[in-house]
Amino acid sequence: MKIDIAKGILEKNDQLADDNRALFAEKGVFVVDLMASPGAGKTSTILATIAALRDRYSIAVIEGDIASRVDAERISAHGIPAVQINTGGACHLESDMIRRAVDALDLDSLDLVIVENVGNLVCPTDFDLGEHAKVMILSVPEGDDKPRKYPGIFSVSEAIILNKYDTMSVFDFDEAAFRDSVAKLNPAAPIFPISALNYDGVDAWTTWLTGRIEAVKAGRLA
Amino acid sequence: MHEMGVCDGILKAAIEAATDQGAVKINSIDITVGELMQVVEESLQFAFEVLREDSMAAQAVLNVTFLPAEAHCLDCGTVFNRDLYDVKCPNCGSYLGELIQGRELRIDSIDID
Repeated sequence: MKIDIAKGILEKNDQLADDNRALFAEKGVFVVDLMASPGAGKTSTILATIAALRDRYSIAVIEGDIASRVDAERISAHGIPAVQINTGGACHLESDMIRRAVDALDLDSLDLVIVENVGNLVCPTDFDLGEHAKVMILSVPEGDDKPRKYPGIFSVSEAIILNKYDTMSVFDFDEAAFRDSVAKLNPAAPIFPISALNYDGVDAWTTWLTGRIEAVKAGRLA
Repeated sequence: MHEMGVCDGILKAAIEAATDQGAVKINSIDITVGELMQVVEESLQFAFEVLREDSMAAQAVLNVTFLPAEAHCLDCGTVFNRDLYDVKCPNCGSYLGELIQGRELRIDSIDID
């Protein structure tokens, strides 16, 4: 017997993501999902972002990794609440994991939650977490051809951080070709060249982020 | 592997629907996948063979229909097949396109006993 279903395969994830979205809106907390390859500098970028914004905003971090608490410990060492999610092999975060993690945070006292997704340029693209924005980091050593190889993640990201910009002279990275590829995939996304370890270029990124945080806070008050 | 997670979603949704119908066995599962979901059929079928074991879908066939990415140009109204690497409208050159299909990941139907 054939029965029609016509239902999204990720429907459960998407429903829970909608619940998360409603919760974040109610609390006026801006949630950003940072995606990148392993080693692109996600944690370093988060630390640089925290350094720039911690006087102004109350921040927490959700760390997604297959295993270990290394990243959460790096964040906690700076006095910022960090919840570690271990996916136990899964290559991306899902909305139910985010829900469990935010239950461990005091959302009422927070302005910004930064989610560090599992290092991967493919899977995190498809999973809605209920975040306000997906943002990706590409690091210069990975090469300018990545938008050609992983178009999906460049298409869904609302902003693109180009990290390790200070290593440009060492690597054969064609910035014009990179910008051209991104412009064809996602012309609306700003590109922020930064060097997270020495905080260069972080201002433009945090200015963009501040605009988004303020919009969500204004939405709660409206 | 991305396809493992997708396949897990397929099986869970299919088994839930079949159980609701009081079925004991799933014969086939028909799904639709948009081109932009970056799903490779060979990997999906491999994941399906592994994950279906010891479930009511152990003998099931997975039928996959792929849909090309299509966009609607907000400037000139043209509906076009969206290039994977360049979202430009081929008619007027605008980059203001609205995706109309290509991100589907859907179970259409199942055949059960």
